[in-house]
Amino acid sequence: MLAMLFKISARNIRRSMRDYAIYFFTLIIGVSIFYVFNAIGGQAAMMQVDESTHEIVALLADVITATSIFVALVLAFLIIYASRFLMKRRNNEFAIYMMLGMSKRKISAILLVETIMIGIGSLFVGLLIGVGFSQLMSAIVANLFEADMTNYQFTISYDAIGMTVFFFAVMYIAVMIFNSGAVTKMKLIDLMQSGKKSETVRLRNPVLCVIIFILSAVALGYAYYKVAFPYEMIEPTDLWIYIAIGCVTTFFIFWSVSGLLLRIVMSIKKIYNKGLNTFTFRQISSRVNTMVFSMTIICLMLFLTICALTSAFSLRNSMNKNAETLCPADVEVEFEQVYLDGEPIYENKRKMMDDIGFKPDEVFTEYVQYSFYRDDNFGFPEFLGDKYEKIRAEKPRVIFNFMEKIVPLSEYNELMRFFGGEEISLGSDEYALVCDFSQMLEIRDEVLADKPDVTIFGKTLHSKYDKCVYGFMSIGIEHSNTGIYVVPDETVDSVDPMRTIVVGKHGITDKKERREKDREIVISYKNAFSDLANRLRAENPDKNVTEYFYITSKSEILTATVGIGAVITFLGLYIGMVFLIACGALLALKELSGSVDSITRYEMLRKIGAEERDITFSLFKQTGVFFLMPLLLAIVHSIFGMKFANLVLEAFGTDELARSIALTSGILLLIYGGYFLITFLSSKRIVREMPGKTE
Amino acid sequence: MELLKVAQIEKYYGSKSSLTKAVDDISFSVDEGEFVAIMGASGSGKTTLLNCISTIDRVTSGHIYLEGQDITNLKGKELNRFRREKLGFIFQDFNLLDTLTGYENISLALSIQKRSVSAMDKRIKEVAEQLGITDVLSKYPYQMSGGQKQRVASARAIITDPKLVLADEPTGALDSKSSKMLLERFNYLNRELGATIMMVTHDSFSASYARRVIFLKDGKVFNEINRGNDSRKQFFDKIIDVVTLFGADISGMVSGEEPQPSEATAKRG
Repeated sequence: MLAMLFKISARNIRRSMRDYAIYFFTLIIGVSIFYVFNAIGGQAAMMQVDESTHEIVALLADVITATSIFVALVLAFLIIYASRFLMKRRNNEFAIYMMLGMSKRKISAILLVETIMIGIGSLFVGLLIGVGFSQLMSAIVANLFEADMTNYQFTISYDAIGMTVFFFAVMYIAVMIFNSGAVTKMKLIDLMQSGKKSETVRLRNPVLCVIIFILSAVALGYAYYKVAFPYEMIEPTDLWIYIAIGCVTTFFIFWSVSGLLLRIVMSIKKIYNKGLNTFTFRQISSRVNTMVFSMTIICLMLFLTICALTSAFSLRNSMNKNAETLCPADVEVEFEQVYLDGEPIYENKRKMMDDIGFKPDEVFTEYVQYSFYRDDNFGFPEFLGDKYEKIRAEKPRVIFNFMEKIVPLSEYNELMRFFGGEEISLGSDEYALVCDFSQMLEIRDEVLADKPDVTIFGKTLHSKYDKCVYGFMSIGIEHSNTGIYVVPDETVDSVDPMRTIVVGKHGITDKKERREKDREIVISYKNAFSDLANRLRAENPDKNVTEYFYITSKSEILTATVGIGAVITFLGLYIGMVFLIACGALLALKELSGSVDSITRYEMLRKIGAEERDITFSLFKQTGVFFLMPLLLAIVHSIFGMKFANLVLEAFGTDELARSIALTSGILLLIYGGYFLITFLSSKRIVREMPGKTE
Repeated sequence: MELLKVAQIEKYYGSKSSLTKAVDDISFSVDEGEFVAIMGASGSGKTTLLNCISTIDRVTSGHIYLEGQDITNLKGKELNRFRREKLGFIFQDFNLLDTLTGYENISLALSIQKRSVSAMDKRIKEVAEQLGITDVLSKYPYQMSGGQKQRVASARAIITDPKLVLADEPTGALDSKSSKMLLERFNYLNRELGATIMMVTHDSFSASYARRVIFLKDGKVFNEINRGNDSRKQFFDKIIDVVTLFGADISGMVSGEEPQPSEATAKRG
């Protein structure tokens, strides 16, 4: 009994290979995408990124979770759809079984065995492809970065394999339940007539189409406007509403567009009645009408793809660029203080340098020393003055409670000469504010517009400018200077500096040698300083020692950037590629199954004398429109989506967008275009099969 | 005037070990403006014959001439053009495109020939009038009855003014009332508009509408009768007589010169 079922199932699969191939490929793609996604999701979150970026990692984890739920939903839809497609195509076969007296229970059993066989096969092949694909991807992405990327190579993730197997097992069980439900509902008469029924063409009411289309376009425009040109930072809940509007309107645009376009084309008789155009347009419109939902999903996935790829590339490009402009020196050493039970032990930073044997002349070929000061009576709220309450209400996320940093004019100018930046000149009662972190810049500029006076170390100073000087003092990778006050030297004459900083260049240009030199300097002084701290601890066993000393190098900064940036870039590329492949596959499957369904129509065309060339051209147009429609809307979505992404990713810099867009277009063209070509050629082959063979 | 000439054509199917002669040395000719029916039981080779004439299938040997041109030598594009410009097809299962309206199904035949549809609009309506399908022109095939569908298919077949209309079991999927209506339209097209029609059928009633009936059996021409001045009813009776002879032959009551199919295969096997 079981053996017989197995035999029938195996034979069925072999016999209707073409239909099964579509189903099987869908499943394989599903499995591999799911695996890849979970594998990178898990591993990207686990990658060691230092604590300052902890928040970003948490955010990434959220993004991954949300996206993987989305991916799971898409796959569930894909599988159910594919299995329904398969069931429909087998109606005649089921009719024969039932005519021969096979019970519905036995038919269900056959289906069950088939699903299990297909399931195991697709899981196995899909996982193999998924593992291979993730390896390939990490190899490609690793080449994009200059830094050492050995930490970022993905290994085989057994967790992800487990999750994939679990998820698909659940999916297959759902399919089995679905199938046996369908079998119980089957009626012999319907099964036998299924092939003969011609498609019922439902042309949607053109007036309704126009109304829905306009409504959707307006709603979409509203969402675009809100997201891309925000009055202020968008609240997450609002953002979700706009995303929902975007999804729903996308659906309705696809729902209405084909009816609308068909009507327009039909009214232009010259075009509509030319060659096979009548057939082509009707074919397109009926296909689009029957797959509004899939089109929507594909469009949204393409949108995500474009955004993810462009953001990833733009991030990577601007990071490489920032490294040059924001890191004009090799090493930066900050001497702050060592406290014994909260009591500072150094009055003079010079002594602190001597204590660890820091001799800048020996280490650097060129260097500059400057100091930051702090007035305990002058913090951010004092600067804001009477605008404090208003701005606080507008920007609830900004931290307000901190003391402002102050630097004397001569030291600032010396540093600028060293960095090759612009010097400032100030009157004896003037100050200037240097800042380049965009959010802070906005607030400070707003306040500075009134040129407020400030009181620093008891002296009242007037603002020289009505806005900030755009610039930075610490080497870094981001525009993250939240604000430094440049004041006349005499203002800080009688005060001890809070922190003294030495910035230097060692003059080594070779990339590898520089990296080694940087490391050598950083490690030797870090060690010297911790030796100092340890000695103090040994000498004062009953006291609490806290030390503040920082040293960083260009190489270190670059590597850290790779940390944050790489994870984001990685994810962007992965998500982008995976979605792109999924879209292409989905469209290809849809189009191919459509072609299989339309074979008889093409035969008819041939019988009434249509040229093969015209038929091929018609097929080309159909496939083209099919691929182009979701892409076009996705591109429009992305234009506005990218504007929003730009706002969010600003801290990293999103310059060189043009290059990123070019790269993204290249990838799109390659993968999506490739899918289009393959689909078109296979459709052509399907449609061309068996010319003139009658039964 | 002779329009179609079929000269000693043969068509074999299968491999050397089991050869089937679907068409076995058939010759006949059709004049312009004729309405000919080809009759035969299933397996008599009538569909194969029609496929060969319509260039859907190739003959194994022999020649077919239309207006003196040997169509068995045509290839590729020439073949398509020939089929498109000289022939009109009507199929048993209508072969209408289900995504197109009746009007569009008819106009497509014109636009495939790269003819201006707007110029032919009047003609389409005229033909629709003649075939009684004016009110279904804007409907889709699924909204039409079988008879309506077949008349739309007929309109599509003659709209391009073909030299020869080939109809393959046109009444096969129709009820008797629709069949009668369709056949009367065929008669009208033939008499009033001078269309040359060749119809393949196994139904004596359908055949009785033709001017001449050629009977096929086992791939050979078995008999041929002309209607002459007979009424349709008389002609129908004559056809029935021949068919009875067929039937008798098949059931073996007339001593057959032909071997029974089972014996034949046994010998070959």
